[in-house]
Amino acid sequence: MYRILAKEFLSESVFKMEIEAPMIAEARKAGHFIILRVDKNGERIPLTISGSNSTNGSITIIVQKVGLSTMKLAQLKVGEYILDVVGPLGNATHIAKTGTILCAGGGVGVAPLLPIAQALKAAGNRVVSVLAARNKSLIILENEMRDASDEVIIMTDDGSYGQKGLITHGLEEFIGREKINEAVVIGPAIMMKFASQLTKKYNIPTMASLNSIMVDGTGMCGACRVTVGGKTKFVCVDGPEFDAHQVDFDELLLRLGAYRDLERNAIVKGPFSLTQ
Amino acid sequence: MITPDIISSERNQPWREEIRKTIKQADRTKIERLHMPEQSANIRNRNILEVNIGLTSEMALSEAKRCLDCVNPTCINGCPVNINIPKFIKKIEAKDFLGAAKVLKETNTLPAVCGRVCPQEVQCESQCFYTLKLNKPAVSIGNLERFAADFERNSGSVSIPEVEKSNGIKLGIIGSGPAGLAAAADLTKWGYDVTVFEALHEIGGVLKYGIPEFRLPNIIVDVEIETLRKLGVKFETNFLVGRTATLEQLRNIGYKAFFIGCGAGLPNFMNIPGENFVGIFSSNEYLTRINLMGASREGFDTPVLSGKNVAVIGGGNTAMDSVRTAKRLGAERAMIIYRRSLEEMPARKEEIKHAMEEGIEFLCLQNPTEYFADENGRVSKVKVQKMELGDADSSGRRKPVPIEGSEYIIDVDTVIVSVGVSPNPLLSKSLPELKTTRWGTLVVDENTLETSIPGVFAGGDIVRGGATVILAMGDGRKAASAMNEYVKQYVKEI
Ligand SMILES: Cc1cc2nc3c(=O)[nH]c(=O)nc-3n(C[C@H](O)[C@H](O)[C@H](O)COP(=O)(O)OP(=O)(O)OC[C@H]3O[C@@H](n4cnc5c(N)ncnc54)[C@H](O)[C@@H]3O)c2cc1C
Ligand SMILES: Cc1cc2nc3c(=O)[nH]c(=O)nc-3n(C[C@H](O)[C@H](O)[C@H](O)COP(=O)(O)OP(=O)(O)OC[C@H]3O[C@@H](n4cnc5c(N)ncnc54)[C@H](O)[C@@H]3O)c2cc1C
Ligand code: SF4
Ligand code: SF4
Ligand code: FES
Repeated sequence: MYRILAKEFLSESVFKMEIEAPMIAEARKAGHFIILRVDKNGERIPLTISGSNSTNGSITIIVQKVGLSTMKLAQLKVGEYILDVVGPLGNATHIAKTGTILCAGGGVGVAPLLPIAQALKAAGNRVVSVLAARNKSLIILENEMRDASDEVIIMTDDGSYGQKGLITHGLEEFIGREKINEAVVIGPAIMMKFASQLTKKYNIPTMASLNSIMVDGTGMCGACRVTVGGKTKFVCVDGPEFDAHQVDFDELLLRLGAYRDLERNAIVKGPFSLTQ
Repeated sequence: MITPDIISSERNQPWREEIRKTIKQADRTKIERLHMPEQSANIRNRNILEVNIGLTSEMALSEAKRCLDCVNPTCINGCPVNINIPKFIKKIEAKDFLGAAKVLKETNTLPAVCGRVCPQEVQCESQCFYTLKLNKPAVSIGNLERFAADFERNSGSVSIPEVEKSNGIKLGIIGSGPAGLAAAADLTKWGYDVTVFEALHEIGGVLKYGIPEFRLPNIIVDVEIETLRKLGVKFETNFLVGRTATLEQLRNIGYKAFFIGCGAGLPNFMNIPGENFVGIFSSNEYLTRINLMGASREGFDTPVLSGKNVAVIGGGNTAMDSVRTAKRLGAERAMIIYRRSLEEMPARKEEIKHAMEEGIEFLCLQNPTEYFADENGRVSKVKVQKMELGDADSSGRRKPVPIEGSEYIIDVDTVIVSVGVSPNPLLSKSLPELKTTRWGTLVVDENTLETSIPGVFAGGDIVRGGATVILAMGDGRKAASAMNEYVKQYVKEI
């Protein structure tokens, strides 16, 4: 049982939660994630660790409500418990000093991006970031990202905040302005697809953190498999970060949609049951 | 270890002699082997209740009478944990069912599990006097084992083995499958402070996430785990050794020796075109969603895709479990596609027979070569190539050879790839000093099961590749005694 120490809504659909998990807090590095299960009938869902605190032994997650499990999680209050939390999972981000790094975060993808940007900055890189979302209320962690970056551009689809336009516009602005040595793109699969097509055009080595559907998170099931450079990889143990220019994003998009209809039903009429 | 001397002195006890005298040997051999009662095929293929219902007391008594209580009970050699088989069977004949269960527990931590899933026909029962000398069906050792274990559980008076005085020495077990559980049981009985670390949220390994309810209900496993808890075994779930903490960190907080029983959990795929389409699963994923996560059951959040036309690729136990599960989830066509012939199928004969009765189609000597999908990326067709048997390969089985131009298309909406597992490299990657074979299994000393790291022992599927529950348990016990020796020496030295 893992106690919730703090909870805060960053936007209407995105919330931040601090969970007591001392061993994970100690072991985790930027790029790692956890898998949690809200209650005894719950599913196992992967979430990036966006920060930790060694004084109170807690980890922080930032979650967007998209379906049943994230909604159940959002309903839990401070002082209540999450049944299962396991981690840290995945490979930590390789952090090195390479020069100027362009960080691109779409929607709740900014949550996993933040610890990476912080670590890159701490390693002495110049960090320039583009944060993008559909509208102003979905821009999260702006202040934290400003602290971790030398410069930030904000893009919204509807122009309600920052500049109006897609994330790729912001990226091109930086690319046109200065030499970019590397890029990191994290967000919805469709955004990562277009962002990495752009960086490929400019020959900028790019890393993407993939958000495939998972079950165990330990390499046991293969639910998370993606094609990278023509080979099948398991995101949970081989990733979650890969060379974005090698990732088959179209396949990832299809696989992410696998349960769309079933999940929608789960919310509308409660969990489904099959013929007995 | 059970020795011939122990076996024969047990056999000479007065109660055993008396039981033997009640019926003439010749009359015993005339009794017919009883068939395990089961749910009828067309009902059971629509529910998740156990297929085998279990023997009644009368049936168990009759079957127990068949056992000849041989002077040289060869059956014991066929059992990887050397259960004193005639002793427990004669306890049943003496109507001391609880006593029979106690005998089982002398050497087997999970008798209710083994009685259900052991491939008895190639283990204990293959070495029974009836099989070897009389050319008659063996005594139903597995069914009797299940009977005694179930009787004890249902009686509510489960015996907890005696535990020696605590010696305060901490030992770590990595993985809660049958190998880890067997090691934990012995070490706890000898007074050690034992903690089992498990990556998943449930204890039991494949017994929980792999083998379906209709062959091994989770409740049976839970009761056995409860017994271990009462014995004093501690369990840490959600603990991935190598990640949550490393072995070194555990050593630093006082663990003196370890047993690795982390299984062979990495699913193999065939690497053919289209294998990542939606609706194509590894059997591990498919079974885990259903068995561990409760998918398809009322009230559980985890979804699973299971369609009307389901193809399962492979011919092992895992393939049988997957295809029979698919049928139970409503498949109209549930098919096994297997590249060799029925005779070569590695699954247990009983499972193949049960599957056939339940309406599973067997497409043997066929192999998938490519998958096709609809506009949503959901698998819709599989291209299958026919095979013929050529010369024997290194495993002694005749090698399947593709027949040119024989490809054809089968409509499917779900595919379960069940072509074996490889050892999961996660733990060994975190321990560079740990020696592995080129298949990724751990290298161990054959007598002590010690790995290349002193004080770290290993057994079960991580050493053998895919094997059986009882072999994993045998390893767990063997390693436990070697750990005991290791610690005695180690503690003396400091
Ligand atoms: C390594 C990793 C790190 C992640 N980190 C974060 C994070 O920090 N914050 C966060 O909010 N989310 C993160 N995600 C995504 C998160 O796991 C999913 O949003 C969550 O599982 C959805 O569960 P649900 O039951 O609420 O929604 P569901 O009802 O399961 O799904 C709702 C919709 O989301 C889609 N979906 C389902 N599972 C996923 C998934 N794993 N990823 C993306 N879409 C999915 C479905 O197709 C469906 O349309 C991460 C995913 C991975 C693999
Ligand atoms: C579907 C299926 C059906 C089968 N049917 C039969 C049958 O009928 N009869 C039979 O005898 N055998 C059967 N088997 C084989 C049998 O289940 C295995 O041989 C046996 O379970 C192996 O036991 P184990 O203890 O080595 O590992 P497992 O049972 O695989 O357990 C290993 C455990 O370790 C955990 N783990 C792994 N890494 C770590 C880590 N780093 N830290 C913490 N925990 C970790 C895993 O999560 C898992 O729970 C079947 C197997 C499958 C998959
Ligand atoms: S444990 Fe398995 S092999 Fe041993 S006696 Fe029981 S059924 Fe036979
Ligand atoms: S070999 Fe068969 S008949 Fe003889 S003791 Fe064993 S089970 Fe009984
Ligand atoms: S989530 Fe199961 S293998 Fe990656």
